[in-house]
Amino acid sequence: MNTIYGILGTILPLEAYQYSFMKNAFLAILLLTPLLALLGTMAVNHQMAFFSDALGHSALTGIGLGIILGLRNDLVAMLVFGVIWAILICVIKQSGSASTDTVISVFSSTSVAAGLLILARGGKFAKYSSLLIGDILAVTPGDLLWLLIALAVTLVLWALMYNKLLLTSVDSFLARSRGIRTRLVECVFVVMVAVAVMLSIRWVGVMLINALLILPAAAGRNLARSARQHAAWSVVIALMCGLVGLTLSYYLDTSAGASIVLVSALCYAVSLAVRAVRK
Amino acid sequence: MPLHHCELCHIDLDRITVRRGGQVLLQDVSMHIHCGQLTVLIGQNGAGKTTLIKALLGQIPHSGLIRHVDGRGLDIPHLRTGYVPQVLQFDREMPMTVRDFMAAALSRRPVWTGVGKKTRARVDEALAAVNASGLAGQPLGRCSGGELQRVLLALAMNPAPDLLVLDEPVSGIDRNGLKMFLDTLLNLKESHHMAILLVSHDLRFVREYADHVILLDKSVLAQGSAHEVFSSPEFSAVFGFSGEEDAE
Repeated sequence: MNTIYGILGTILPLEAYQYSFMKNAFLAILLLTPLLALLGTMAVNHQMAFFSDALGHSALTGIGLGIILGLRNDLVAMLVFGVIWAILICVIKQSGSASTDTVISVFSSTSVAAGLLILARGGKFAKYSSLLIGDILAVTPGDLLWLLIALAVTLVLWALMYNKLLLTSVDSFLARSRGIRTRLVECVFVVMVAVAVMLSIRWVGVMLINALLILPAAAGRNLARSARQHAAWSVVIALMCGLVGLTLSYYLDTSAGASIVLVSALCYAVSLAVRAVRK
Repeated sequence: MPLHHCELCHIDLDRITVRRGGQVLLQDVSMHIHCGQLTVLIGQNGAGKTTLIKALLGQIPHSGLIRHVDGRGLDIPHLRTGYVPQVLQFDREMPMTVRDFMAAALSRRPVWTGVGKKTRARVDEALAAVNASGLAGQPLGRCSGGELQRVLLALAMNPAPDLLVLDEPVSGIDRNGLKMFLDTLLNLKESHHMAILLVSHDLRFVREYADHVILLDKSVLAQGSAHEVFSSPEFSAVFGFSGEEDAE
């Protein structure tokens, strides 16, 4: 870890990065933002922005249930609940019993309500309010290791699934006619998003997690013509906004998560303008 | 690349029945779809044409048998199908070129990492076969209706199918696009020894191009040459006019 800190200290000769909590945050962003941005490209193509928002909200219920069941580890509770929630939404969506955004809305509000009900018992919600906005400066080297593993696993799964997902998002019947098990593919993707969201929520917060998933991919989409360009732009934008936002937040003494999201929103606005000019 | 050289090999549908929720969508549908022939399925909306296609592609449960048979009546173990959907309903702003789309279906390498040389060549070849060479680098969402159908046809032809199924591929294409698409299809029919099953509402087209016509309404009402089917009493009963009068 000290070697990595040493390298960071050399390449980032800013006052902000003298502190190890800033170095940890920097590394977390280096791992987190590309992970979310890559998944985001497909979430945007699949028109699932609203869905990932609902997933973020389910973290509240996850933690609440964890407390009721007496689980020590918040992360495990969130992960388990997030994955179950994701699969449930996926199955109900695929059964086609109601329109997708209605289903998601029902799930989203239910999980927020259930989470609040449990967490706010006896007026103790303040203890959990950090969940809403997250705290990227609280990242520890141990967390970084988990993130690195998550990034590696996601990349492998992503490589295996991407083509199938792409075809499914164009036309699921066509995809099925070519032997793709579209329902399975969609569910695996949704679970991947759930895991990525739950892993990052402590640092980014329920309110902002969706922005990290959707904004870079949405901006990248405005600039790209091909799938490769989409992935590349999204990752570059996510990294850039993450690091610029983090650095700015130090000097302006603002919330890191909020700063990152606002810089991303600015990038999105620029991408819209670029697209308008190109047309 | 002919797969099975025989004049008489065919796909044999034997009493295909599809039920859903207590409703009978198809009842005892039997037919032969011959290699080297363009078989056209006609019928009113709700006659079960798309249901039959789904059953053929193995997408919905059905009773009855689908066999792939050679000239001597022996089973050919595998039936490879290619499918061209009706109109592709997709997000046209999706950043994806025609090459990305084809490569996603033809190769394992995830297309966000780029498209390899071999796959590139394969895509180019497939597009050239349907007169769509210039389209590879174009975003899929910018293709016209006719261009999109040719891309889908190129995809359905790879790997080469024994049975090519097209679900109203000619709706929503302008006249020029339509002619180009049909010429391409007929060329493929000549050069590949495959069976083609096409759903169409365009009776003028059916008369001109079909080798064999099947009139469907839950079950097969009439089949034969376009002339035979169009002049049948069943045709008049379904469409409310005789197909032969319409020709004049």
